[in-house]
Amino acid sequence: MTETIDKEAVPLLQVRGLTKYFGSFAANNAIDLTIAPGEIHALLGENGAGKSTLVKMLFGVLQPSAGEIVWTGKPQTVTSPGHARSLGIGMVFQHFSLFEALTVAENIALSLDPKIPLTKIAEEAAALSRAYGLPLDPSSHVADLSVGERQRIEIVRALLQNPKLIILDEPTSVLTPQEADKLFETLFKLKAEGRSVLYISHRLEEVQRICDRATVLRHGKVTGACDPRQETPASLARMMVGSEVAAVHRADANALGATLVDVRRLNVPARTPFAVTLKDVSLRVRAGEVLAIAGVAGNGQGELFDALSGEYPVADAETIRMRDKPVGRLGINGRRMLGAGFVPEERHGHAAVSDMSLSDNLLLSRSQSDRTAFLAGGFASVIRHDTIRSAAKRICDMMDVRKSGDDPAAASLSGGNLQKFIIGRELDRQPSILIVNQPTWGVDAGAASRIRQALIDLARSGSAVVVISQDLDEIFEVATNIAVISEGRLSQPFPAGELTLEKIGLLMGGIHDSTHGGETAHAH
Amino acid sequence: MIEAILLTIITAATPLVIAAIGELVTERAGVLNLGVEGMMIMGAVCAFAGSYLTGSPLLGVLCGIMGGALFSLLFGFLTLTLVTNQVATGLALTILGLGLSGQIGESFVGIPGVKLQPIVFPVLSDIPFVGPLLFKQDITFYLSIALIIGVNWFLFKSRTGLKMRAIGDNHGSAHALGINVIRTRYLAVMFGGACAGLAGAQLSLVYTPQWVENMSAGRGWIALALVVFASWRPWRVFAGGYIFGAVGILQLHAQAFGIGVPSQFLSMLPYAVTIVVLIIISHNRRTTLINTPASLGKPFVPDR
Repeated sequence: MTETIDKEAVPLLQVRGLTKYFGSFAANNAIDLTIAPGEIHALLGENGAGKSTLVKMLFGVLQPSAGEIVWTGKPQTVTSPGHARSLGIGMVFQHFSLFEALTVAENIALSLDPKIPLTKIAEEAAALSRAYGLPLDPSSHVADLSVGERQRIEIVRALLQNPKLIILDEPTSVLTPQEADKLFETLFKLKAEGRSVLYISHRLEEVQRICDRATVLRHGKVTGACDPRQETPASLARMMVGSEVAAVHRADANALGATLVDVRRLNVPARTPFAVTLKDVSLRVRAGEVLAIAGVAGNGQGELFDALSGEYPVADAETIRMRDKPVGRLGINGRRMLGAGFVPEERHGHAAVSDMSLSDNLLLSRSQSDRTAFLAGGFASVIRHDTIRSAAKRICDMMDVRKSGDDPAAASLSGGNLQKFIIGRELDRQPSILIVNQPTWGVDAGAASRIRQALIDLARSGSAVVVISQDLDEIFEVATNIAVISEGRLSQPFPAGELTLEKIGLLMGGIHDSTHGGETAHAH
Repeated sequence: MIEAILLTIITAATPLVIAAIGELVTERAGVLNLGVEGMMIMGAVCAFAGSYLTGSPLLGVLCGIMGGALFSLLFGFLTLTLVTNQVATGLALTILGLGLSGQIGESFVGIPGVKLQPIVFPVLSDIPFVGPLLFKQDITFYLSIALIIGVNWFLFKSRTGLKMRAIGDNHGSAHALGINVIRTRYLAVMFGGACAGLAGAQLSLVYTPQWVENMSAGRGWIALALVVFASWRPWRVFAGGYIFGAVGILQLHAQAFGIGVPSQFLSMLPYAVTIVVLIIISHNRRTTLINTPASLGKPFVPDR
């Protein structure tokens, strides 16, 4: 990797060969990173690329397994967050740890020297927030503040320590576009003062807009260091998601059968200020087909899944049809009864109740669709524990779920094994339609390949499968057809064999060419 | 006449205020101790025993405080160290306290106690009307005022109080900031116990200077209701204590005058008012968030 940093400036931070092992897994593998004074440096990468691990080492939360951190020309061992702060490194975390019942000033005071009087802290915080365009009233209670304002508290708290480098972890993921614009102004101000910013993101547009340099991570390795303004969204996306997409297409382009899922011109308004509006989404999945939906996180994947699964029914029943029936107004169970199965993105608290056993989780999701098998006594709904337990065992055997004990709590399983169970829970019903969001997110390689194989096998047996994923490798591995979601719009589907990486990158970057909408308008 | 009534109201309100302000601190740190009644009665019997055996009611007050604090330590050990359920443990503490105090106090039944003498402020106590009310009271009254002022200052002005409120709001984040959650909670629980003990001492040395089994007569429960009624603010505890105290006294006078309100109705008023206040609080999400300790009653186990 050739570094082309300004030679005249001593780098503020230089990271050489930084490596972190968790067990035998290298979360970070020989990372090199150089940050010059007064630059906004992007750390780009998909979820799980190793960005957080790297940053935690820089901030002293984790200790590296190998490599060195050179701070203003001197090698340093950053022992703790406190040490990092004293060196001049500030950090704004993605998830804030604020006390809602306390005021802004009180929250800041808790992390500062107790000798500084509260009134002085309030004054300094107010002055700082004015100077950096971060409007904040120190006497207001956190409970009354928006997420954007809460983030400002964290930024002001970091600025009070007068840092040379501020690390922001996915700061805009919780912000509205307007709030994000305000944040960028602040970052430019920090830059003008000669402070550096390490800006972690997977949003290409932002990075191109505000960052001077970018380091791209993928699978724990640096895959590129560049000036993002010189790059195209496609080239950045390729660095992020990899260019070695192998030709692992599913073997047979088997004959596709009847249309099982038919979505026409689905429009869903955003439910919260942070949600994405679905615009004119149309898709069609036939028996035997795996339709993969690619896209950078936060472009409407969750909203699309909610609409397809019935977690939030849509306004017009006819916009979503499954097996030739309008299902738009049906909830999850109504759609399950029609033979559909769903796997949401979050394993804990959404797909499974962590503290309950596997068999209880099985009953919870299938109590309606498998009522006759799992519940006895008609109205009385007596739980048939034996049947459910044996079904849970069958699922575990089928998917090779490794667990301790016969029927352990969901929480005791590793992420990959729980995900195998959750996927197996749906497959066990042999659904004619399966809709999965991020099937292998945070899952180890072995479990991931098992899950992908199961999805392909299900399609081969004549079901329609929709896989929403951010992992392009996965998408090319399982997909018959690929569509790309960007800012709530879905591209037309392309046969997996015909789609080039260049093209997918452009679509992910939000460039919609004339190909949008295979089915022409007026069909409303 | 009015002066006499006001004097009895002060005497009736003082134990409520003291017990409630102690429980307020405990709950602000995020611990729900339903054992106030039990700690109070233990304080009462210890105070009576102390004053009877030493002949000094002041030493008796000290014994009451210590008795309540030591008894609350049992609750602290169970809920904070062994992480038992706070509701169940608190109820058990009350039942245990009522039984144990009866056992300890068996030989004191029927013995006349020594009344705690008022502290008379010269000159000030001669002011007509106000003087006897405010400047000729026993030490527990002055302590109740000092406790309200002190706790208010501690919670909202001192850094330690800020840390305690932080623990009550979110013990996980507080722990992450390096605040010692368990130790602070132990201290808060013992403060609550000491206050309940002091309130009990007031009962057996001032209110009715003798030992009677179950003499706390539900005042611990009123104190608990009072904390919620006050939405965890010290000065509202003070105001509420006097309202609840006045209701109790006026009920007696109403009976004496033959006013036809059933006494049961008046006895339940404090609880009915508390329920109404709870409903009002729950309607306003903001007040709830800001005043209710969010981690109240939740067990805390630090990460290993």
